[in-house]
Amino acid sequence: MSKNTQRIVNNPKFQELIARRSAFAWTLSIAMLVIYFGFILLVAFGKGFLGTPIGAGVTTWGIPIGLFTIVSAFILTGIYVNRANGEFDELNRQILEELK
Amino acid sequence: MRAANSRIVAALAATGALVPATSFADAIGGAVAKQATNYEAIVMFLAFVLLTLGITFWAARRTKSAKDFYAAGGGITGFQNGLAIAGDYMSAASFLGIAGLVYSSGFDGLIYSVGWLVGWPIVLFLIAERLRNLGKYTFADVASYRFQQTPIRTLSACGSLATVTFYLIAQMVGAGKLIQLLFGLDYLVAVILVGVLMIGYVTFGGMLATTWVQIIKAVMLLSGASFMAFMILAKFSFNPEAMFQAAVNIHPKGLAIMSPGALVTDPVSAISLGMALMFGTAGLPHILMRFFTVSDAKEARKSVFYATGFIGYFYILTFIIGFGAIVLILAPDANGAYPFLKEAPLAGAKAVIANVIGGTNMAAIHTANAVGGNLFYGFISAVAFATILAVVAGLTLAGASAVSHDLYASVFAKGRANEQDEIRVSKITTVVIGIVSIVLGVAFENQNVAFMVGLAFVIAASANFPILLMSMFWGKMTTRGAVLGGSLGLISAIVLLVLGPTVWKAVLGNPAAIFPYDNPGLFSILLSFAGIWFFSITDNSESAQAERRAFEAQYVRSQTGLGAEGASAH
Repeated sequence: MSKNTQRIVNNPKFQELIARRSAFAWTLSIAMLVIYFGFILLVAFGKGFLGTPIGAGVTTWGIPIGLFTIVSAFILTGIYVNRANGEFDELNRQILEELK
Repeated sequence: MRAANSRIVAALAATGALVPATSFADAIGGAVAKQATNYEAIVMFLAFVLLTLGITFWAARRTKSAKDFYAAGGGITGFQNGLAIAGDYMSAASFLGIAGLVYSSGFDGLIYSVGWLVGWPIVLFLIAERLRNLGKYTFADVASYRFQQTPIRTLSACGSLATVTFYLIAQMVGAGKLIQLLFGLDYLVAVILVGVLMIGYVTFGGMLATTWVQIIKAVMLLSGASFMAFMILAKFSFNPEAMFQAAVNIHPKGLAIMSPGALVTDPVSAISLGMALMFGTAGLPHILMRFFTVSDAKEARKSVFYATGFIGYFYILTFIIGFGAIVLILAPDANGAYPFLKEAPLAGAKAVIANVIGGTNMAAIHTANAVGGNLFYGFISAVAFATILAVVAGLTLAGASAVSHDLYASVFAKGRANEQDEIRVSKITTVVIGIVSIVLGVAFENQNVAFMVGLAFVIAASANFPILLMSMFWGKMTTRGAVLGGSLGLISAIVLLVLGPTVWKAVLGNPAAIFPYDNPGLFSILLSFAGIWFFSITDNSESAQAERRAFEAQYVRSQTGLGAEGASAH
């Protein structure tokens, strides 16, 4: 193992970065999986619910729920990129800076 | 043009069932009749070809090193790459196929759109930045990072080439049929045209030209689809409820188009399909390769963010276009005529869905005609052709890189090949892939190839994705585990798909399928992961120990980008 690698591994900031970023990435991944497979299971088992009109018209609950699933994918990526490119990258920059 | 439309005799009948029958098909199946020459579309398509050839000429002069050829010099921005990824992903048939599915079944189209999209956040959270930090040109760079190069690269190259080949066959056959239908060109002429243009883009312009072809196509497709959705919504004063109401009134299925139909029946199929769609996206070699075209992990993340936005927006548009198609195709126009149906419905009866000229996959194209007239119809036809061309170019570059970078430079020359030789091998391979795909396109003209995109996705999800993911996340993986587990995924995916209803029953004509599910994803993906785990933990060889010790350095680089490939100087 190279000297730099060893120094990074021993740097508490690296451990902090890994802990925070991994927890964040896995939380968001699980959120996406729950939303998507929730939707798929509703399609498989809850056809009646998805086909229920919201109000007096013909628009059913399925429409906003489907659109929500699409929009949630975009929002989750936005949340991740915002924090990763800001907070996490700053921490990462400090870790690499300390090698010099 | 409307008169010309009605000359199409044989409908794309099989294509109506294209998405449901195969779970996630991407090609145009069934026989089509040649249409009268469509001059507006041809002129606009020629303009696209001229523009892209100009870009290829510009890119060729900037493409000197291997890094230029494979990764556009690493100088693409996150926004540009996001558009290019969206371009790679939004194929002609996901446009025509999903709009057609919404037109015939309503809500069910949305289930597919959602499935195609949700892999992207997973790519971002778990793969994109690590991939960018570890790799150079291909995903095999990452998968083989601390392992024996020969076995892992060979397996990865097999996985890549299998994915690319099946995807390409489906695209080539789809291209031939679509062009026949939209432009009135011969099938053979269309297939050769696609093959020759794609060889041109890739050999001369490498990744730089391929990227810009994708970007232009993505912008054309997104603006065309936006215009259509806008015009449709404008007819209903931007009130979706009014649009849905009109569609429910006129559609033969009535209110049923507003709820899930027969598309997903049992939970095993639903989850299996979901897994293949989600993880297949994260294992497509031409998509993974795009992450090496940006300068660093920051830009890699941004590209997924933009790509997810564009792709999600595009699927919402296709949903609106599908509902617009119901209203515009099945209802009489101002003169009381039904210009897009083969026969007008009897008085008092509802129009028949399948009577749409050219088959249900033409729904979006007719809608373009209805909202924008002949000129816009020509534009959308040209966009559909450009879309196929761009997707095919991206696939070919990924296949050529697997051969030149993984098989030639690493396996055959053991890393001692010089850069110029490697690029030469890549260009020769591109020409070979181009010719082979023309030949396969001709050979499969009358076959139902719709299942092949499904096969490509399942292979990507079962062979490429597990090795890639585990190599980055699991320190105890060894060469033996990766090779045996990955092979298990690859073989089980192919075997189960062949034994399943899509191939065994529908293609080979046997009375009943041996394997009950259309999509083997759930089983082959789990088998692959289980194989990797089992054959790794039981591996106590000397080399396995060394591979485990090397994980920490790989881990640090994957997390921090220490020692990662940067952008090239120019």
